Amino acid sequence: MSRLSALLVRETALAWGRGGGPLVTVGFYAGVATLLPLAIGPEPERLAAIAPGAAWVALALASLLSLDRLFERDYEDGALDLLTLSPTPLELTCFLKCLGQWLATGAPLALAAPIAAIALGAKPDLAPLIFACALLGGLAFAFTGGIGAALSLGARRGGLLTAVIVLPLFVPPVIFGGGALDAFASGLPWSSGLALLGAYAAMSVAIGPLAMAAACRNALS
Amino acid sequence: MRRRATLFKRLGDSVIEQLLLRGCAIRRGGRLLFEGVDLSLRRGEACALTGPNGSGKTSLLRAVAGLVRLEAGEVAFGDLDSAEARGEGLHFVGHADGLKSSRTAREELAFWTRWGGGTDGAVREAAEALDLVRLLDLEVRRLSAGQRRRLALSRLLAAPRALWLLDEPLSPLDARWREGFGVLMARHLESGGMILAAVHDPLPVAAKSLEIIG
Amino acid sequence: MNWAPAFLSNPERFMAFSRWAAPMFGVIAAILAAVGLYLGFTAPEDYQQGQTVRIMFIHVPAAYMASFVYVCLGGASFLSLIFRHALADAAAQAAAPLGAGFTLLALVTGALWGRPMWGAFWVWDARLTSVLVLFLLYVAYIALRASMDDEVKAARAGAILALVGAINLPIVHYSVDWWNTLHQGASVFKRGGSSLAPVFLQPLLIMALAYTSAFGSLWLVGIRGEVWRRRAEAAALRAARS
Repeated sequence: MSRLSALLVRETALAWGRGGGPLVTVGFYAGVATLLPLAIGPEPERLAAIAPGAAWVALALASLLSLDRLFERDYEDGALDLLTLSPTPLELTCFLKCLGQWLATGAPLALAAPIAAIALGAKPDLAPLIFACALLGGLAFAFTGGIGAALSLGARRGGLLTAVIVLPLFVPPVIFGGGALDAFASGLPWSSGLALLGAYAAMSVAIGPLAMAAACRNALS
Repeated sequence: MRRRATLFKRLGDSVIEQLLLRGCAIRRGGRLLFEGVDLSLRRGEACALTGPNGSGKTSLLRAVAGLVRLEAGEVAFGDLDSAEARGEGLHFVGHADGLKSSRTAREELAFWTRWGGGTDGAVREAAEALDLVRLLDLEVRRLSAGQRRRLALSRLLAAPRALWLLDEPLSPLDARWREGFGVLMARHLESGGMILAAVHDPLPVAAKSLEIIG
Repeated sequence: MNWAPAFLSNPERFMAFSRWAAPMFGVIAAILAAVGLYLGFTAPEDYQQGQTVRIMFIHVPAAYMASFVYVCLGGASFLSLIFRHALADAAAQAAAPLGAGFTLLALVTGALWGRPMWGAFWVWDARLTSVLVLFLLYVAYIALRASMDDEVKAARAGAILALVGAINLPIVHYSVDWWNTLHQGASVFKRGGSSLAPVFLQPLLIMALAYTSAFGSLWLVGIRGEVWRRRAEAAALRAARS
């Protein structure tokens, strides 16, 4: 096992264990999806109209949950110091940390998303698309969210601050994914929304680690 | 004892030949901690960094590791490029030991060995040298402070690197392990390693000393 | 303006320059605003919007300043990140609350304008939404800096966030436009645009210049305040040690 795969395994395992891991994240997601009909009312037409969008927004919020510990623990216990003392560039290390985060929380959320949407009243044929959106969107959420998590290292109230930093950055992926789902639900061409979401995810995977590494170096110095 | 001797043979070719600090100064939070710190450390030499609390011993160690930026001066690692030296040539053991309390000692030691470029065999040897074998299946949270420190120190042996940067390495250790780690340090020096350690008590090996005055 | 950062990078020169430039910009802003508002309020009523068109002279320049100040914040952040220049960082720090202020002004006047035009204070129009996201980004920048004790780290973290935001803002703008075309039903009333009659365009441009010089003046004052604060703090630190 090489150094990089060892890191990926460790990060995935840590993200899996972090604060209850996917169980808590998916539980939060299920909780939001349960509260929505309670607040909006049980009429099927009304719920069906908002189901894809509600499932999608809840997903963005749920992926925020475990983000704030992504770098914070390593920062507090000194592991981040040691991660920099390696021939592996810190950018690549940050990339693998986010990838582990995505594997441990993004992928379980993507499995839960179609269930939540259908439970809220979306048509079952929406399921593959919301799964694809959740996978791609999860990637974008993990990699832009990682920037917020790295920037709030060493700040007071790190968790809340991460959310404040990250939510404006979540606007494009939320719009693109929501647009694709909405278009599909109303029988319009939906592929452009999915393509834009994929492009945004690719960009955040490319740029996110640069910003995260810079933020980590700054926090350690 | 023969096994321990093999531990220290593996310093490869790409090792730091010399650590040189010239006119180092560090500023923290708008305050100049110290300036004009010079040091030369060759293979086989150790240096004890002393000075009152807050004088900047930890910051100096972190600056050598490239974590903290120097306000002035420079750190050189012989002929080695400093990125390569920091990536592959040195170990840093700080106050925070970098261990996750929810993982077992074995998982943590195996990961950090891998990360430092060591092999699986080295994990076992390092665990034996620091008498950690019985503890390897425990979660880190179950270890005492001294055991945790020994686990952190075992990284030094599991992935051989020439320069050890140690921040108060002895403080949580009992008398027996202070002596035991002293032996390991002496072996590291014998095999051509270098040690720069921030300490309050004298190092258990022959060392020069550098006092940081704020 | 390429010479400006190089010339002003010397703190002494900056302080000497800003001592007279700040009040000068302030006076220019006051004169331009007086002229612009006079022209704006003597302009004829719009045949569609009536008197409410006059909100435009406050709103549109504020919305333009919201983006312009972010460009300044991004530029200053870039310089502070690359050159570790304290003055560039002071400039970024001073720009952020001003930008947030202009953005808030744009949002409030937009809502006041929307009430008679759309019958609602808030409509999820593409431009308004973009400005709202910009406001959230300013808030995030200010919150990040305020919650870090170490000023040097706060400066660099803030600069990284400002640059990430600068990359993200065009995408936000594009995404919001895309979203708006997707939901055609929800709005749309195009404001401003090039088809504006000269009688409205003239005061609008004058007001935009007035806002710009007001920002220039306030920015310089803010940077000067920041420089003084840091000098005082450094002096207090020195005094505490000796």
